[in-house]
Amino acid sequence: MNVEIQPAVRIAKLHKRFGLLEVLKGIDLKAGEGEVVSILGSSGSGKSTLLRCINMLEVPDSGEITVAGETIRLETSGGRTRPADRRQVDRMRAHIGMVFQSFNLWSHMTVLENVIEAPVHVQKRPRAECIAEAEDLLAKVGIADKRNHYPAHLSGGQQQRAAIARALAQHPKVMLFDEPTSALDPELVGEVLRVMRALAEEGRTMLVVTHEMGFARDVSSKVVFLHQGVVEEEGSPADVFGNSSSERFRQFLAK
Amino acid sequence: MDFAFLYETLLTLLPGIPLTLKLAASAVGLGAVLALGLALMRVSKIGPLSAFVKTYVFFFRSTPLLVQIFLIYYGLGQFVGIRQSILWPILREPYWCAVIALTLNTAAYSSEIIRGGLQSVSAGQVEAGLACGMTRLQLLRRIVLPLALRQALPAYGSEIILMIKATALASIITLLEITGLAAKLISETYRAFEVFVVAAAIYLLINFVVTRLIQLLEYRLTPHLRPAPHAALVKQGGVA
Repeated sequence: MNVEIQPAVRIAKLHKRFGLLEVLKGIDLKAGEGEVVSILGSSGSGKSTLLRCINMLEVPDSGEITVAGETIRLETSGGRTRPADRRQVDRMRAHIGMVFQSFNLWSHMTVLENVIEAPVHVQKRPRAECIAEAEDLLAKVGIADKRNHYPAHLSGGQQQRAAIARALAQHPKVMLFDEPTSALDPELVGEVLRVMRALAEEGRTMLVVTHEMGFARDVSSKVVFLHQGVVEEEGSPADVFGNSSSERFRQFLAK
Repeated sequence: MDFAFLYETLLTLLPGIPLTLKLAASAVGLGAVLALGLALMRVSKIGPLSAFVKTYVFFFRSTPLLVQIFLIYYGLGQFVGIRQSILWPILREPYWCAVIALTLNTAAYSSEIIRGGLQSVSAGQVEAGLACGMTRLQLLRRIVLPLALRQALPAYGSEIILMIKATALASIITLLEITGLAAKLISETYRAFEVFVVAAAIYLLINFVVTRLIQLLEYRLTPHLRPAPHAALVKQGGVA
């Protein structure tokens, strides 16, 4: 029997433009189950846009996005592309965890309320079960004692760890990280990276847009370097960091 | 000072309080629902809806409330079609005309206050809601409205107080609320100063209580905007 292993995320021929600016010029990318893919690139290379297309926070102009075997159906009419079925997008988003650069915790809810929001109200799981699980997740990211605090009362590192717990509470099949440490003071970066490293070690599928070269080198199974909307370099960290043939990537690293 | 007369005046005006409060509560209650709908239409991407609300707000904010009351109470009855319609039993009642005028007026102002609240909700918090799979309605109910209404509350509190004071205009169309009773008493006694001082004092007292209630509500709804509570209190669950 020939069983083809489904990649957790498959992106094919992805194009996206904002007005006249073509940000993504035909991206192909695969992330296997349990893989950690680090997406690198200088500012404006399209790496955040690529990540945001996976959960349709940006709608691509063309191309194919498949998450956990399900392909997002797009339709084009009047020169605009949009999801063909909004319910499909909502359903797929429910199983894609997203961690934002600026945390984006809901400011009127406590940390615990933030974490149980999606499980209780989107996934309709029993509240008591969600609370118990949320407490475990908060302990895991090391902020169990902050469960009743509001986001504004936490440091940036604590807020980002709360945001990671919130994403994990969705039981995501894939985790997306959009520059998760870029808004943090340097001394707070480590605590967030430690949590992310632990997630990688337990075999979670993660796509990480990052500037943390140490993380990309040591933790990821694959490194993708974007340059002006195309994949310029791709491979295992050892290959890419060790002997890249791309002059642009070597320049990027030297900066 | 003729304290006996002031006391008598107070006794005469007190029975007007329930009508004043009823007018204000009806207008603020109905107006809030209408305002929320108008604000959502105003920020919607549907051009005609947004344009309709803009026009509505323009007319109701740019003409005097008294003129609006006159138009509804005296003006509409001029048309045979309206006198013969099923709405006539309502439109011939001064009470309902006052409620309608106050409601339509406060809805215009309040919709702008709520619009400000809606537009203050950060894009990031909306995206976080979308990213976890919320439908548009869930996003509105769980994230956007709770944040927007908290933001709008201070300005909306002012609007409630303005409405309580605006009910005085209903006295012009024969309603005997506080100001109506005061005007009636003056026509009997010719002691305008004392009577209006007592009337003003009653409004002051009502609004004192209302202001406090709004402050309390604001305090209860915005723990996240206050400095962090003492850690020990939080652990006991006393603050959450």
